[in-house]
Amino acid sequence: MSELAITVIGPDRPGIVADVAEALAEVGANLTDSTMTRLRGHFAMTLICVGPSGPEAEAALAPVVADGPLVATVRQVGAEATSTPIGEPYLMSVHGADRLGIVSALTRVLAETGGNLTDLTTRLSGPLYVLLAEVELPPGTAEGLAERLAEAAARLDVEVTLRRADSDML
Amino acid sequence: MTAGQDCGLGDWTTAVLGDRGGVRSVLTAPVGVLSRAGEQVDPLADDVVRLAADLVATMRVSPGCVGLAAPQVGVGARVFAVDVTGHPKTLTSHGTFVLCNAEVVEASRWRLGREGCMSVPDLTGDVKRASRVVVQAVLPGTGAAVRLVTDGFEARALQHEIDHCLGRLFLDRVAGAHAVYQRKVYL
Ligand SMILES: [Zn+2]
Repeated sequence: MSELAITVIGPDRPGIVADVAEALAEVGANLTDSTMTRLRGHFAMTLICVGPSGPEAEAALAPVVADGPLVATVRQVGAEATSTPIGEPYLMSVHGADRLGIVSALTRVLAETGGNLTDLTTRLSGPLYVLLAEVELPPGTAEGLAERLAEAAARLDVEVTLRRADSDML
Repeated sequence: MTAGQDCGLGDWTTAVLGDRGGVRSVLTAPVGVLSRAGEQVDPLADDVVRLAADLVATMRVSPGCVGLAAPQVGVGARVFAVDVTGHPKTLTSHGTFVLCNAEVVEASRWRLGREGCMSVPDLTGDVKRASRVVVQAVLPGTGAAVRLVTDGFEARALQHEIDHCLGRLFLDRVAGAHAVYQRKVYL
């Protein structure tokens, strides 16, 4: 079955998720994976659903975004992208003074090592910029990567740590 | 004395530090001293005793503050104050104390917990810490060696402050990409 990728972004207010979920339920959409957060007070939601066609979902969401500043996008996507885990899970923490290029420089170093980002959060808190990234690394590359990250971090005058993300099976 | 035994603070109290300390201003990230490992100190040196008294005084005037380390007041030294007395999450407590050159020598029973920091005022994070630790250190003013065994919230506070002395913030240890939070402001 084909899937739809939907984004909803705009100024936050109570009830956006309820409005979006209700509109999609009315056209038989089954929400599979979704995530929602607030980014500097802006509501931001991304979800994958199955069921309706793209135009049906767009029509369902039209009333939700019609009278307000919310923006929704609907796009048909292929079936689930099979992402085979490529290796070892690591967590990178970065913090320092906000400046241009921190994310691009450090994620470029990760990419050059063959690392695959699986989760990323950045926060600007006053003058402090914080970046947290979960990344899967090809086996045996962590040590070399940590050195290259340290070099890049020194150039940016930020602090970086890379450590194994252990997940305990219970 | 067996390995796991708490030898306590003996007769050490903050009175050993002499005159009441002064309140110093607390630095917030980003600032270099918070990310550099502090130096070993001489627990009998006048400036170290003075620093210890100042850390206690500053901790006491800071609402909700259960620990304060020298790098947070701009001094790259391995000294910190802790007092978790009366905190709802406290199990064992050694009262108000200051440790120099402290290190964790045993750690077990790892638990996730949310923590904040005066030097990162607007964020909190979920951090895995040992809920039982054995810490070795020396006391300012007397130089006496101590071995503290503690648990729960005091164990978490000790690890957080020892991290400060190693140039580490809780941000360096948070449990995942979504494990930092904007500190909630309730109206
Ligand atoms: Zn702190």
